[in-house]
Amino acid sequence: MKSASNLEQRRQSIYGWLMFAPAAVMLSVFAFYPTIATFWSSLFSRGTRRRPSEFIGLENYTDLFADPTFWLVAKNNLLYAGVTIPASIAIALAMALWANSKISARSFVRTAYFTPTVLPMIAAANLWLFFYTPGLGVLDKIGSLFGFESVNWLGQPETALWAIVIVTIWKEAGFFMIFYLAALQTIPEDLKEAADIEGTSRFTYTRRIVLPLLMPTTIFIMVNALINSVKLIDHLFILTKGGPSDASKLLLYYIWEMAFAFFDAPHAAALTILVLAVLCVVAAVQFLYLDRRTHYQ
Amino acid sequence: MNRLSRDGLTKSLDSIGAIVLAIIWISPLVFAFWAAFHSTSDAVNFNLFSAWTLDNFRTAWAGAPWLKYFLNTFLLVTIVLIGQFFFTTLAGFAFAKLSFPGKDLIFILVLMQLFILPEVLIVENYAMVSRLGLFDTLFGVGMPYMASAFGIFLMRQSFKSVPIELHEAARIEGCSLFGILWRVYVPLAKPTYLAYALVSVSTHWNNFLWPLIVTNSPDTRPLTVGLSIFGAPENGVDISIISAATLMSVAPLLIAFLVFQRQFVQAFLRTGIK
Repeated sequence: MKSASNLEQRRQSIYGWLMFAPAAVMLSVFAFYPTIATFWSSLFSRGTRRRPSEFIGLENYTDLFADPTFWLVAKNNLLYAGVTIPASIAIALAMALWANSKISARSFVRTAYFTPTVLPMIAAANLWLFFYTPGLGVLDKIGSLFGFESVNWLGQPETALWAIVIVTIWKEAGFFMIFYLAALQTIPEDLKEAADIEGTSRFTYTRRIVLPLLMPTTIFIMVNALINSVKLIDHLFILTKGGPSDASKLLLYYIWEMAFAFFDAPHAAALTILVLAVLCVVAAVQFLYLDRRTHYQ
Repeated sequence: MNRLSRDGLTKSLDSIGAIVLAIIWISPLVFAFWAAFHSTSDAVNFNLFSAWTLDNFRTAWAGAPWLKYFLNTFLLVTIVLIGQFFFTTLAGFAFAKLSFPGKDLIFILVLMQLFILPEVLIVENYAMVSRLGLFDTLFGVGMPYMASAFGIFLMRQSFKSVPIELHEAARIEGCSLFGILWRVYVPLAKPTYLAYALVSVSTHWNNFLWPLIVTNSPDTRPLTVGLSIFGAPENGVDISIISAATLMSVAPLLIAFLVFQRQFVQAFLRTGIK
């Protein structure tokens, strides 16, 4: 008997590894090895024809820290995250509460909210270009009705990043709404009835009952939004290209630009490692949170 | 009575708020639609009674090899999807139903990939793809996404919920492990595959940065990259034609979404919540 179970265990080990092997190879080639290689190459200087690349330790990192553009881009990205995350979550929540209540034209409302989610960021950027173009754009036309001056939303440092932020919020909110909508549908009807019998106002009901029950969903969305604040940069290529004078440049765009426009792979690698470090902190928080949630179940 | 009328009031205020937000949200698409079907001067001056035209679509269509781009995107999402199904089914099954040494540790490593975004690793992945001779090929674009940690996690969750009795029954019938996976688990996970497929297709249909880096010719370029080149300001294309091109390239996915809206939403939920 013992040997039979031993045999079964060995069989499972072999099959387990056999089945994981293809994915293991792919993950190693396109995730783990590149991570290590990125770190490794961030420790070397850029090789030129005259001077081959050599080990320089952390110099690429100190270069970055001494580079004002890096700090500007980091600040931009922080602002980008700091505005898009709360704004898209708040709008998503409002959308979900509305799309879940018994209002007229509910299916139109839901569709309208969710539609931006299925569009490519590039297409979204093209749509918004029509809003932002100075003189001809929709925003300027509306502004001129009220006698405002034409504004070059994408062309001036004060507004470029905000124009980018708005497109991101527009794209994300409908996606996050779906998760809230699902969570709202799991809240039992009796809670609402009980609150009604107690004469609780709708505001109190929402604040004291609905929002706490939506907390796990909010955290899930927040992690997604955090990742997106690094990832969603496609519209920069169309709308601003990070300009004017880097005012709307974000980290991932800066990585791309360093590596593929300035051909400075070592500094791009160092910046990649910094971004990965931040993502790892997010991951750690997420895992800790997930652990806690399993305790409840 | 008082209470009832107050409820009625908040309800209509709710409706108005919801609809106003919906109109704001849909307006970029509506304006693009308007612009695409009018001449540029009519479009930007909002001549509501001006003539509708298909000229912008004709000009846009003639301006780039769209058919090729469509085909590339179609092939790309197919390649990615087939690859993802293959790798994540096998790995997901191993993590769900088999015990092998190091499993837990490896699973955590796999989950790490949820945060080591392929998007961020562009520099080294580009080097890797070039080294493998896959630069400027659709395989090069698709490969980094195939063994998705997200997919492995999703399939593992789905396979875990299959009752062990079915597994045992199939084994007693003399089914091999691969046979059991293929005949018992895969059919039972159909809804998960469908959900995963919808999410994967819409993600990769819309993906931009990585294809931009790895493709270098019209023969491999997907729609998003083609669209960005077509609409680049330095090409001086006007807003009506850009709108027409944009609508053209999002039309297949948008129409599919409008037709299968319920399934789309369910798919995003199923893959997100777990």
